[in-house]
Amino acid sequence: MTDGAVELALLREGPAVAKGDVLLRADHLKKYFPIKSGILIQREVARVHAVDDVSFQLRAGETLGLVGESGCGKSTLARCIARLYDITSGSLEFEGADISKYSRRQLRAVRRDLQMIFQDPYASLNPRKRVGAIISDPLRIHRAGSRDQIRRRVLELLELVGLSAEHINRYPHEFSGGQRQRIGVARAIALKPKLVIADEPVSALDVSIRAQVINLLDDLQDELGLTYIFIAHDLGVVRHVSDRIAVMYLGKIVEISPAEELYQRPVHPYTEALLSAVLVPDPDLSASRQRLVLEGDVPSPIDPPSGCRFHPRCRYATQVCTAEEPPLVQHGSLGHLAACHHPLSFETQVNAWATVPVSAEAPLSETAIT
Amino acid sequence: MAAVAEQVTSTGLRSASAGRNPWALAWRRLRRNRLALAALGLFLLLIVVCAAAPLYAHDVAHDGNVLGPNLNGTTIVHGKVVPVMQEGGGLLKLGETPIGPTWNLHHYFLGADNIGRDVAALLLYGGRASLQIGICSALLCCIVATIVALIAGFFGGLADAILSRLMDVIWAFPVYLLAISLATELLTHSNGIQIGFLHVSATSLWTPTVIIAFIYVPYVYRPVRGQVLSVAGKEFVEAAIAQGASNYRLIFSEILPNVVSTVIVLLPLMIATTILTESALSYLSVGVQPPNVSWGTIISDGQDLLYTRPWVSLAPGIMIVLTVLALNVLGDGVRDALDPRAKLRVR
Repeated sequence: MTDGAVELALLREGPAVAKGDVLLRADHLKKYFPIKSGILIQREVARVHAVDDVSFQLRAGETLGLVGESGCGKSTLARCIARLYDITSGSLEFEGADISKYSRRQLRAVRRDLQMIFQDPYASLNPRKRVGAIISDPLRIHRAGSRDQIRRRVLELLELVGLSAEHINRYPHEFSGGQRQRIGVARAIALKPKLVIADEPVSALDVSIRAQVINLLDDLQDELGLTYIFIAHDLGVVRHVSDRIAVMYLGKIVEISPAEELYQRPVHPYTEALLSAVLVPDPDLSASRQRLVLEGDVPSPIDPPSGCRFHPRCRYATQVCTAEEPPLVQHGSLGHLAACHHPLSFETQVNAWATVPVSAEAPLSETAIT
Repeated sequence: MAAVAEQVTSTGLRSASAGRNPWALAWRRLRRNRLALAALGLFLLLIVVCAAAPLYAHDVAHDGNVLGPNLNGTTIVHGKVVPVMQEGGGLLKLGETPIGPTWNLHHYFLGADNIGRDVAALLLYGGRASLQIGICSALLCCIVATIVALIAGFFGGLADAILSRLMDVIWAFPVYLLAISLATELLTHSNGIQIGFLHVSATSLWTPTVIIAFIYVPYVYRPVRGQVLSVAGKEFVEAAIAQGASNYRLIFSEILPNVVSTVIVLLPLMIATTILTESALSYLSVGVQPPNVSWGTIISDGQDLLYTRPWVSLAPGIMIVLTVLALNVLGDGVRDALDPRAKLRVR
């Protein structure tokens, strides 16, 4: 896989971001969806607190894993970062510029560096377009070279994602789910973006081909120096790819930590519960593990619980949890933050599920949360 | 396992480099549907026959004008010269009766109407007008409805509210009431309509075309807007936005190609409907105006002769039935061909 046989004239005018610089900074990011009612005059009666006060930083070249149950707001957060949604409040800095208030016109330039891979490879490709047109769309939108240059770049991208040149004239319905997702990946990296947001890129795929797509994303990161935000509802998948992992619950980040440390020493009870649900490809270990089953459902994000949002389902919850919202503070090593009044103690911790081995099989595991 | 692998490779080989276009697949499905093909054939035949009207008229023209009255003309039946308008029957021998069908392609094949015109020639020229108005107004209607639906469905909000209510207003009128009112209004302006530099004379075929297209816009708008809304919510549109696509690109490159099939399914059915409406309006003499004829006006003219010369009204009636039937069967076939679920049925 060679990259850059065709160097497009247009690429990279802005200052290159060195590895390790802050590429993206979200600060008190909020996204509320209004619920309206009324026949003639639409009155806002309630709000869905989809993303509620989320702050984090992302450095160039790293991969941030984002995990949480369905409905915890991780996809909404992804769409806010990609500015497919307007942001209710808070700031979002990309390469030093606050893009949270950018208009669609202003965003066009930003989007060259900020691309997205979607969850459902069956819905995210236009069924009436040939693969060549799908992959070349971003190049044509951003006028990235002549027709001939674009065509060569498309062929190069097809090769890069493991498809062959003859696929260029086919339609999406002629491909399998894994191949379609590769087309989606090729489209996302066509412009050599700096940040790629992958919204559950493997959730819709067969377990047998998940590893292929994940490895592809991994290889592309090495080759192109990409920065990823990798969303999954499966801790097994993100462990394999992430440098850092953020755990979301009901619109908030409850714990964010370097990847390995999260698995070895979870601080937040919710993380602990999520980890206990990871399947382990070892029957003996699996049998010896204690499963923590969370009681009840995720509360409604329309009217989230007071204090700590996790308290109705938390086995350590006390009075203070219902009254006061815990701040995200450092626990243990640098960069390990958690929001909990009763953090799991660092000293006593040798959890059975913390001994889950790191292996290539890990991303193939399924989770059974709730 | 081996069988599966074999199948995979053979599929890979079959569609070597050029992909199977969704339109080509639909056309292939349509081609397998014999009934729909026959209907398409019949419809095309009707168009060709009507388009060839001057060929027939060449033989039967009188004074160089096939559509003018021919009260004193003669024709040939079984080698004998006979007057077109024959003396009335009965004891009193009152009035005149036009000649009946001669079944001779060169001389009054279907007889004459009450002013001595060749019914077969009328039928062909009437067919030209009916088909032209039907096809043009259905096309016009579908194009306008699609544009409005794209704007309303894509931009939503206020644009959608205003356009949809506007369509509801048109929708609220009974079709024929609205058509007759509009036609009466337009026909009383003897100068016709002036829209900018476009001038349509009142007796032109374009008057009924525009009226019919207008009244059916909401009937196409509704399903197409629904389709636009459904497509606009799909992830590939979001993906295009994420790439930085302009509205123009989103509408014409992402949404429109996925909406066109809905319009194409509706088109044959709309042509059938517009032809029926045109005939009804012409029958009520607010459609096609003399000197033009259409199937509707011929039925209307033939009404007086229903007892003595039923063919005058029957023939255009049969033509309308054939056309509408062919279009409806074709429409069903097109829907089956474009509907992915129809795949199962065809297999």
